[in-house]
Amino acid sequence: MTSPILSVSNLERRYGDFIGCTDISFDVWPGEVVAIVGESGSGKTTLLNCISGRLDRSSGSIRYNMRDGRFPDLADLSEAERRFLMRTDWGFVHQNPADGLRMRVSAGANVGERLMAIGDRHYGEIRNTATEWLGRVEIAGDRIDDKPVAFSGGMRQRLQIARNLVTRPRLIFMDEPTGGLDVSVQARVLDLLRGLVSDLGLAVVIVTHDLAVARLLSQRMIVMKTGRIVETGLTDRVLDDPHHPYTQLLVASILES
Amino acid sequence: MTLPEYNFAYLDEQTKRMIRRAILKGIAIPGYQVPFASREMPMPYGWGTGGVQVTAAILGPDDVLKVIDQGADDTTNAVSIRAFFAKTANVATTTKTADATVIQTRHRIPEAPLSAGQVIVYQVPIPEPLRFLEPRETETRVMHGLEEYGLIHVKLYEDIAQHGHIATTYAYPVKVEDRYVMDPSPIPKFDNPKMNGSPALQLFGAGREKRIYALPPFTNVVSLDFEDHPFEVQKFKQPCALCNATGVYLDEVVTDDRGGRMYVCSDTDHCETRREEGHHGPGLPISGAQTVKEDAA
Ligand SMILES: Nc1ncnc2c1ncn2[C@@H]1O[C@H](COP(=O)(O)OP(=O)(O)OP(=O)(O)O)[C@@H](O)[C@H]1O
Ligand SMILES: [Mg+2]
Ligand SMILES: [Zn+2]
Repeated sequence: MTSPILSVSNLERRYGDFIGCTDISFDVWPGEVVAIVGESGSGKTTLLNCISGRLDRSSGSIRYNMRDGRFPDLADLSEAERRFLMRTDWGFVHQNPADGLRMRVSAGANVGERLMAIGDRHYGEIRNTATEWLGRVEIAGDRIDDKPVAFSGGMRQRLQIARNLVTRPRLIFMDEPTGGLDVSVQARVLDLLRGLVSDLGLAVVIVTHDLAVARLLSQRMIVMKTGRIVETGLTDRVLDDPHHPYTQLLVASILES
Repeated sequence: MTLPEYNFAYLDEQTKRMIRRAILKGIAIPGYQVPFASREMPMPYGWGTGGVQVTAAILGPDDVLKVIDQGADDTTNAVSIRAFFAKTANVATTTKTADATVIQTRHRIPEAPLSAGQVIVYQVPIPEPLRFLEPRETETRVMHGLEEYGLIHVKLYEDIAQHGHIATTYAYPVKVEDRYVMDPSPIPKFDNPKMNGSPALQLFGAGREKRIYALPPFTNVVSLDFEDHPFEVQKFKQPCALCNATGVYLDEVVTDDRGGRMYVCSDTDHCETRREEGHHGPGLPISGAQTVKEDAA
């Protein structure tokens, strides 16, 4: 059997006395999309930031299955290794594209940055790869020299996705990737994400408060309430047959609206 | 006996020791920016107070000082700094590159090759080469520490994407001893190759930013580029109009109010030395189309 790509165990993050999230254990398997859902303030972002190495945890373990076969706790990696992982094997898609893009450099440079970070030094090749990735996120090649400030919200989000995928990562973290977009453009971005995730066999941990997004993208769901996991299971099962009263309430409230 | 009005070279001994420690650390780690407690100097920051403090810390009574600004010894800035040290340290001054033991500079490296035993002190406005894309100091420090220099190439990529070639012409980033990326101060990239393997000691002082860095003699300094867009220095179509020098950095000088201009050595000492040696260029200002034939030297 293969092993999980990410393994979280007894994770807790406190903000002083306040509990951001606690008693969190779950695995993510290669190629699997896991959605973390729950109401505002339930600790979704706290959890995501902890497991993606962007926020210190208070206790617990987070282990990652490295390409070289090691399965270390992130805390045991050197800062250099952790940062290398973040810009090669991992991706992070922010809700606000401006948080994940360099707004003052061209789309091509945004996509090419990770390639240059790992040592690519051939301008023509970097540009070709950038063009190819812009195409994969449905941005016309003739926009390659435009800056993201000239892009619509949906284009910016697609650019952010391309910028993350160019190094062929294995694990992507997303925090409400369509949350800031108009409803009309959300569908296109979701469609695109779904296609890329399955084409590339990506493992994804996606935070969303939108159960429709979870239904469309994820195979498995984690339901959080006040910092704790209250229910977890296959997405279809959780949405069609929620066990926990809180999940039932969440699902019901969506159905009503 | 009269006591000097100032301590030798203006700064007190304790401050000079502190600056020397920073310089030594910089020499030990070529290209690494060493923080130092920059002092107020009796001149504004734009006048190169970082370079002035470094010069003050290394100057001895037997030194011979040359100061240049844009290659010239006679600009206000250069004259003032030279006068400052002539007064506060009573050192000999010169405009001859070969005669100087310490050369403080802004914007140029002299054309005459520097030799062992000479020290060149650069005035640096912004020492951080990563600043333009990463304003957070905490982050740039980590990037230097972990040798994460991809951002420099993002800047060069952007240059090519916008201009078809690397359009950065001064403060062109270099990698030192295959380790630290360094801003060589706003010298033209024409001068970058002169830094590589120089027998002189090269010191860089940024006053407002409180940083000192150094290139010890014979340090390996490489200008960054792409495989398919290699680093190139500026080339000039014509020789110096006054001394006929080629392979030197030329400034465009407007000679009249009818659009006349000529190209002359930016290094005034180099130009004068060559003219004293009997070289002479086309001389006359070129008006409008370049129809004037150049004399052979
Ligand atoms: N830096 C912080 N300091 C103190 N408390 C914080 C901090 N960040 C988050 N919290 C608190 O921790 C709890 C969980 O916050 P978190 O941002 O993880 O929730 P969330 O589920 O992502 O919410 P939303 O859907 O609104 O984004 C909230 O009560 C929040 O106020
Ligand atoms: Mg959140
Ligand atoms: Zn000349």
